[in-house]
Amino acid sequence: MVEPAVDLTHGEAHDDHADHGPQGWLKYLWSTDHKVIAMQYMFTGMFMALVGGFMAYVFRMQLAFPGINVPGFGAVSPGEYNALVTNHGTIMIFWVAMPVLLAAFGNYLIPLMIGADDMVFPKINRLSFQVFFVSTIVILASLFVEGGGFAGAWTAYPPLSADSTYNLTDLGSTLWVIGVGLEFVAFLLGGINFITTLMNSRAPGMRAFDVPIVVWMIVVASILFMLSVGPLLAGAIMLIFDQTLGTGFFDPGMGGDPILWQHLFWFFGHPEVYVVLLPAMGVVVEIITTFARKKLFAYRTVIFTIVATGVLSFFVWAHHQFIAGIDPRMANIFTITTLLISVPIAELCFIYIATLYGGSIRLTTPMLWALAFVAEFLIGGVTGIFLGAAGADIYFHDTYFVLAHFHYTFFPIAIIGTFAAFTYWFPKMFGKMMDERLGKIHFWLTIIPFNMIFIPLFVLGMGGQHRRIYNYDQFPDLAGGVFQDMRELATWSLLIMLAAQFIFFYNCWKTARSGPRASKNPWKANSLEWTTESPPPHGNWHHLRMPVVYRGPYEYSVPDREDDYWPQNEPDGAPLQVVDDDTGEQGR
Amino acid sequence: MSGFFEFFRVDYFDPLIEVASSYAADIDGLIWLVLLLVGFWFLLAQGVFFWFILKYRAQPGRRAEYIDGKKKRHKRWITVPHLLVLVCDVLIIVISFNVWYKIKMDLPDNPDGGVIRVIGQQWAWTFQHPGADRELDTDDDIFMVDELHVENNRTYHFELQSTDVLHSFSVPVWRIKQDAIPGRTITGWFRPTETGEFDVQCAEICGFGHGVMAARVWIEDAETHAAWVAENTPATAAAAMEAAMPTPTVAAAAAPGGHGGH
Repeated sequence: MVEPAVDLTHGEAHDDHADHGPQGWLKYLWSTDHKVIAMQYMFTGMFMALVGGFMAYVFRMQLAFPGINVPGFGAVSPGEYNALVTNHGTIMIFWVAMPVLLAAFGNYLIPLMIGADDMVFPKINRLSFQVFFVSTIVILASLFVEGGGFAGAWTAYPPLSADSTYNLTDLGSTLWVIGVGLEFVAFLLGGINFITTLMNSRAPGMRAFDVPIVVWMIVVASILFMLSVGPLLAGAIMLIFDQTLGTGFFDPGMGGDPILWQHLFWFFGHPEVYVVLLPAMGVVVEIITTFARKKLFAYRTVIFTIVATGVLSFFVWAHHQFIAGIDPRMANIFTITTLLISVPIAELCFIYIATLYGGSIRLTTPMLWALAFVAEFLIGGVTGIFLGAAGADIYFHDTYFVLAHFHYTFFPIAIIGTFAAFTYWFPKMFGKMMDERLGKIHFWLTIIPFNMIFIPLFVLGMGGQHRRIYNYDQFPDLAGGVFQDMRELATWSLLIMLAAQFIFFYNCWKTARSGPRASKNPWKANSLEWTTESPPPHGNWHHLRMPVVYRGPYEYSVPDREDDYWPQNEPDGAPLQVVDDDTGEQGR
Repeated sequence: MSGFFEFFRVDYFDPLIEVASSYAADIDGLIWLVLLLVGFWFLLAQGVFFWFILKYRAQPGRRAEYIDGKKKRHKRWITVPHLLVLVCDVLIIVISFNVWYKIKMDLPDNPDGGVIRVIGQQWAWTFQHPGADRELDTDDDIFMVDELHVENNRTYHFELQSTDVLHSFSVPVWRIKQDAIPGRTITGWFRPTETGEFDVQCAEICGFGHGVMAARVWIEDAETHAAWVAENTPATAAAAMEAAMPTPTVAAAAAPGGHGGH
């Protein structure tokens, strides 16, 4: 047990180098402050979200109005269509969901929530972003080289991806693999940091079960990522060799096997779903407990559940390959594991709902996003059962049903989860309060069109519409009629949803100009980041004492207390400002 | 179990897509079962969720309850549903096994329709029909590009191959889908049950022309199918090809003389 007194001097010690960081624009190149790095990840991720959103706009326009001259892009050729859907998927997962949810919020929240002044390896942290930034440039450059961007789907199945005589995008596909590989390296560096920081830098008194759930989730996600990414990195290098050196790892003509890539890819690819899901689910825990003024229902069960989910997630990958030509007996095993993983995820959803019971719920903008996450993610979760059952997957595989299903998981994760986190921690990050009315308008104009985009796509999938087709005129059963009406409905909804994002950017701009100043703890929340200034200074508790922790983060509405919240750093029965070094053991 | 199955053997997707194979209704039945089970949990969870949001809105003077979820009587609300979900999962797994076994693992013996070879390439399907003798790799095999002809109510095996990249042989009205892999031959089966003309798709992205890799299947009754076979056996086909040559008179003479594949 660490004695609180040992670390209390740390705040003062930090003064010495508090202002020694790089100044001016150099700050953004060389700063090792976890908050600056978090912002860099976040804004890069948001920029990439705009790129990915623009791609969605272009190919949805082509689907609704085949052959149209898409405003801002022009006519879409089949090759361009394939490149657009490929890079939309790649960018939204690897350059939006990962950097924003895992890297940006991981970097921002972990040190602040566990009461540390920075990450344990600040320079590795900076290197992580620099590598990520290079990977961003590589993937964007791949779109503009001769032959266009890679067009073999984000899953990059060889032999199509391995041979330019098949994919016709010689440079684009190699740059794509290099970009994705560099991105993995960046997140490996970041992941080491997250895990080590949680293990070593917790505030005095903070035990494992006093750590906020979102930190647990991000760290478990980092562990999952680090355990699963190795095989895919090896696969990526084999793929580059196949593309450039003429090796034949995935070429059956040279003794290779294309299915090998699918195993390597999905062995990473399925845990990856949980890598981005867990941080979003953690964000939701922080928000619903704060705005329902409720203690989290069964804290330890949540931790054990996510660990169980993480372990199980390594044994479900082949459900992506039921009809890919694997031994059909294997499908039975993976059907069992896949349906089993619905149990911990359902349990998490039940726990969230149970947490609302008996609460005192305030529907602020972040709370709306968090609740929407639960409601929408449930749809994504239950539709996964159809696909996990191998028998039904024979029909649904590679249809729009799959597409709608994973957008009902990834949209809540990457977009709803991000907006929830962004609006919740905005006062802390920027020291201003966002406009609630604009926030709510933005919320409804995002959520309603989102459902209007993807519910029609479920129906199209049930009708047998398969994926990655630039124009359904060649398929008489799918062209025209109700099918085309639903494609148009989805596209119109997308246009409304994209337009609604201007409200969000206007809100940010307006808040930055004239928003009211945020206090230290505007939401009256318990966790440690709310005990420092908004925004926190370099070193996080620069002019204050480093916090000491006396209890878990979810002590809301404790009976016999006047306040309905109880900050983690407040000693039992004592006023906030008096810190008695000898009471570190209290409140356990 | 079979009676249970019969209950679900209904054409629920009729407005969207037809049921045209012997096992299409099995898949639809499984989908319907999953829909019932997860639909129940979905509606229950969403119902309770929205009910709580409405019921526990903040009111002045009312304080939230303090429940840590450690007590047994509280935990029950999570553990019981959690076990019930597990029961539903097991039910789905069992039914799914049945469907999967029937379609993908159990190859019916001696198909009375014969064996059809399906070859995917960038960006067309080639169908090697067994011809009148219902034997593959004999002289009367009929090769067709993007055209598959089968006889209704006969069981067929297929041998799926690819010459270049991955493709996926998909016939939505039959609910069959199977990836084609270069260097391998994958066998499967189908038994059409409805006459008509339907889409055959390539369901795995295969490059620039993936979007135009479309074929059609004609499911014909015995008579029509026999006529098609007679018309298309290689001798006739060869004659037809000669017809395209600059000596039309020869072709006209040769066409009636074809031996009809017998």
